[in-house]
Amino acid sequence: MEWEAVVGLEVHVQLRTKSKIFGGASTAYGAEPNTQACDVSVALPGVLPVMNREAARLAVKFGLGIGALINRRSIFARKNYFYPDLPKGYQISQYEAPIVGRGTLQIETQTGTRNIGITRAHLEEDAGKSLHEDFHGMTGIDLNRAGTALLEIVSEPDLRSSAEAVAYLKTLHALVRYLDISDGNMQEGSFRCDANVSVRPKGQDALGTRAEIKNINSFRFVEKAVDFEIERQIDRIENGGKVVQETRLYDPDRDETRSMRSKEEAHDYRYFPDPDLPALVLDESFIEKVRSELPELPRARKARFESEYGLSRSDAAQLTRDRQTADYFERVCSKTSANPKVAANWVLGELASALNHHNLEIADTRVDSTGLAKLLDRVADHTISGKTAKDVFLLLWNSDQSVDRIIEDRGLKQITDNAEIEAVVAGVLCDHQAQVRQYREGNQRVFGFFVGQVMKRTRGKANPKQVNELLHEKLK
Amino acid sequence: MHDQSLGELRAGLDRKDYSSVELTRHFLGRIHHGQRLNAFISVTEDLALEQARQADARIAGNDSEFLTGIPIAHKDLFCTLGVRTTCGSRILDNFISPYDATVVRKLKSGGMVMLGKTNMDEFAMGSSNENSYYGHVKNPWDEKRVPGGSSGGSAAAVSARLAPVATATDTGGSIRQPAALCGLTGIKPSYGRVSRYGMVAFASSLDQGGVLARSAADAALVLQAMSGFDRRDSTSLDRAVPDYPGCIEASIRGKVIGLPKEFFGQGADPAVMEAVEQAVRIFESMGAKTTGVELPNSEAGIPCYYVLAPAEASSNLARFDGVRYGHRTEQYEDLMDMYERTRAEGFGEEVKRRIMIGTYVLSSGYYDAYYVKAQKLRRMIADDFQRAFEKCDFIAGPTTPGTAFVIGEKSDDPVSMYLNDIFTNSANLAGLPAISVPAGLDHGGLPIGLHLIGRYLDEATILNAAHQFQQRTDWHRKTPEGFE
Amino acid sequence: MPLTPKTVGHIARLSRLEIDAQKTVFHAAQLNHIMQLVDQMNRIDTTGIEPMSHPQEAALRMRDDEVCAENCRQQYQSVAPATQDGLYLVPKVIE
Repeated sequence: MEWEAVVGLEVHVQLRTKSKIFGGASTAYGAEPNTQACDVSVALPGVLPVMNREAARLAVKFGLGIGALINRRSIFARKNYFYPDLPKGYQISQYEAPIVGRGTLQIETQTGTRNIGITRAHLEEDAGKSLHEDFHGMTGIDLNRAGTALLEIVSEPDLRSSAEAVAYLKTLHALVRYLDISDGNMQEGSFRCDANVSVRPKGQDALGTRAEIKNINSFRFVEKAVDFEIERQIDRIENGGKVVQETRLYDPDRDETRSMRSKEEAHDYRYFPDPDLPALVLDESFIEKVRSELPELPRARKARFESEYGLSRSDAAQLTRDRQTADYFERVCSKTSANPKVAANWVLGELASALNHHNLEIADTRVDSTGLAKLLDRVADHTISGKTAKDVFLLLWNSDQSVDRIIEDRGLKQITDNAEIEAVVAGVLCDHQAQVRQYREGNQRVFGFFVGQVMKRTRGKANPKQVNELLHEKLK
Repeated sequence: MHDQSLGELRAGLDRKDYSSVELTRHFLGRIHHGQRLNAFISVTEDLALEQARQADARIAGNDSEFLTGIPIAHKDLFCTLGVRTTCGSRILDNFISPYDATVVRKLKSGGMVMLGKTNMDEFAMGSSNENSYYGHVKNPWDEKRVPGGSSGGSAAAVSARLAPVATATDTGGSIRQPAALCGLTGIKPSYGRVSRYGMVAFASSLDQGGVLARSAADAALVLQAMSGFDRRDSTSLDRAVPDYPGCIEASIRGKVIGLPKEFFGQGADPAVMEAVEQAVRIFESMGAKTTGVELPNSEAGIPCYYVLAPAEASSNLARFDGVRYGHRTEQYEDLMDMYERTRAEGFGEEVKRRIMIGTYVLSSGYYDAYYVKAQKLRRMIADDFQRAFEKCDFIAGPTTPGTAFVIGEKSDDPVSMYLNDIFTNSANLAGLPAISVPAGLDHGGLPIGLHLIGRYLDEATILNAAHQFQQRTDWHRKTPEGFE
Repeated sequence: MPLTPKTVGHIARLSRLEIDAQKTVFHAAQLNHIMQLVDQMNRIDTTGIEPMSHPQEAALRMRDDEVCAENCRQQYQSVAPATQDGLYLVPKVIE
């Protein structure tokens, strides 16, 4: 039988707020345990939550970014369960009336563009962290993260493969960074994903029983966890078993999902509206102000890159995949007279591979947009050749010197004096009579050999275009 | 000194008849003598004297406010910086609060002197003060009887003149019912008027802090000082607080008193009804008018309350888990065991009962039938009041169905205990201000309370009516025997 | 419908309250007595009524995004049952 996978994702995005969603403690990552746990984070008796406006603003920004319905009135509810990293014994979340309603996210897949439904996005608070090592059989609780603002983004079960799940996640990740609502740092847990996975016979409408997989916090793990789970479920059904609705944990070390029965027992969250927090009411002016501050979003920017800079669809897509890269590209273009297509090649080529080689983000690049723009200018005005430029780029990467200084100090300036080049060309032809004969007998491939010889004698500095022209002329 | 009103104490302090330290020592002495009432969980003698010295310095420096130097007792539900705050529960027996509740902070900055923390039903759940880890409180009027609850310690302390005034809280009647049973004036302001920050939550949408005092004039002074907007409480109202002490002197001529037939039917003792009817005649003699009003859904008040309050409580009390503060059981096998034993040992029977009821009515499959149903009734009850207030300025009736009952009489029967709230909890459900005023004594010499409910945010009118009533009557001046 | 001793056991567990297994029948009876009182709600028809969660229908007030809490770890942990290296200690959490 042919099977179809059905996947829906729940993504927890830590919102970029300075203080917690309901309390005044800092949200900075990496502080000493419990030093950023205020009275509200610790849930002292008698303390009360007071909502952070910025969290609401960022949630609305996301909603507008996916063209979703913004609920003018949303309700905070309590989700009740006991856990040591949940200090109040309940999590403040939104249940029946989330701040963001239905929207869509467009993703690119191998089979083309797809619209993935987003069911809702709601505000909630994060829990603390449990540390299990080295406390004489006890668990240590750090509440620094408790109360950090989260936006939980829930997709429809519209995804059909692990590849689509990854495409969705990457698109969403780029979007939250574009919108600047989160740093999206996956290592620090700012962007976390749970997946609901089920399978059904191809062609069947009804959904199969789903399993929820927790703890998948990288794009690669999502792919692996979803693939594993799809296989597991198909295997089970084909062997006469049944999929049970349960929570499973992905273990990246063993590349498998396993049942979390401990979390399963007696799930009854007893949601009810939080009596400490009246309804969150958004007026039109609040929403319009957020709308007016929306940056250009990836799709619009991609289209503009194609039309304004004449880039190919693929280059435009790659450049707009994250906001920092697109911003960098545009900064380079604004500072150079070089063709934007050349700039795109450099950003996606030399720069990308250098970043990749050093495992750096574009924010940490060692060649800033001014440096690259200057380099491209020097190619455009024929001061150096494109080939030399690649060497200069590497020198630029590894030093604090300016482009012109490097060219100057190392004597990399291109030879453009026709007479000078002509002399070298003549010398090369003179010294290689045999090859000249071959060429004239019709072996066109020897042409490259002459170019190579000229470049060798000029240490790569001769203008290649002039070399070509002169060689053609002399070999006629 | 202990029989003086707050106004008289102010004058005495200003005239240097006595210092705040002397006044404080006097009340500390009375607390010591009245120990058998068990009105206090903690007496903060050293801190009180220190605060009194500071108050005396302020008075000497002409830097005093109206309440500077006057002692007060706080219900042990209010967090007090550096002072044990137990909520009448074993689970917080060792809890030293690292901060002051907003109410405490306001009164402290006004120069009031804290004598100590008063006994109460555990987490404010009860109507008799028998549900305290620290033992029951005796009613100064008859020590075999309960003082009412949950603010029984505050009521007994003020009634026995162990403190001139006390803070209290009211979720379903916990200020007004003990006020009635102890012959005091007790006001629960409108929901949102007094900050709940630092007032340990029982049922967040119903809880409201207030005052137990010997007169409406005293209550007005303290309520004035503790009210007002607090940015730490999202349900606190950003509205100016009226000048309560300035409002109470006006005549009540022409005011219309609503008399709901539901409060004047069956349900209350004849002696209580007689006193209430007598009080209405006194109001009429002062020029007030009366009119019949209807509160047709008031019978739903008790069941509605006993769904909503336990539901909120079950969640509010989840933070007492033995992890960050408070009691933790000595022996446990694992985390679950630690939770279950800690909470079983830390909470008393009534609290556990309400947590279980609350968990049940919120649980999957019952939420709509109980919780949502009760929320709908709550709206109907609130709407009834709104309609009634189209015809009247305030509503009058009995505070309680009867006078103080004997300790132990109802403690085995939760339901009969719950019915004590029958006249009071609808004001909490609707968020309205309400006051209980002494209006007589029954045949056994026990106090009877008159209950006045005002429009939303209109504490001024009921304080005014109560004060004018106290100009014509002297029930509020009566002192229990042995505490004169 | 009345609570069974089994339901009482379930609710107690959800509430993290240890109860004596011998006493669930007693607890069930007591809770049922209270629920009978509660069931009086059903006498009133509430069709079409909007549930009321808050006594005032005010909108949520929001605060500015400012860090305004100092590090109070030492003070807060001075009343904690068990701490080590700044962490609250609990019996091992098994996942």
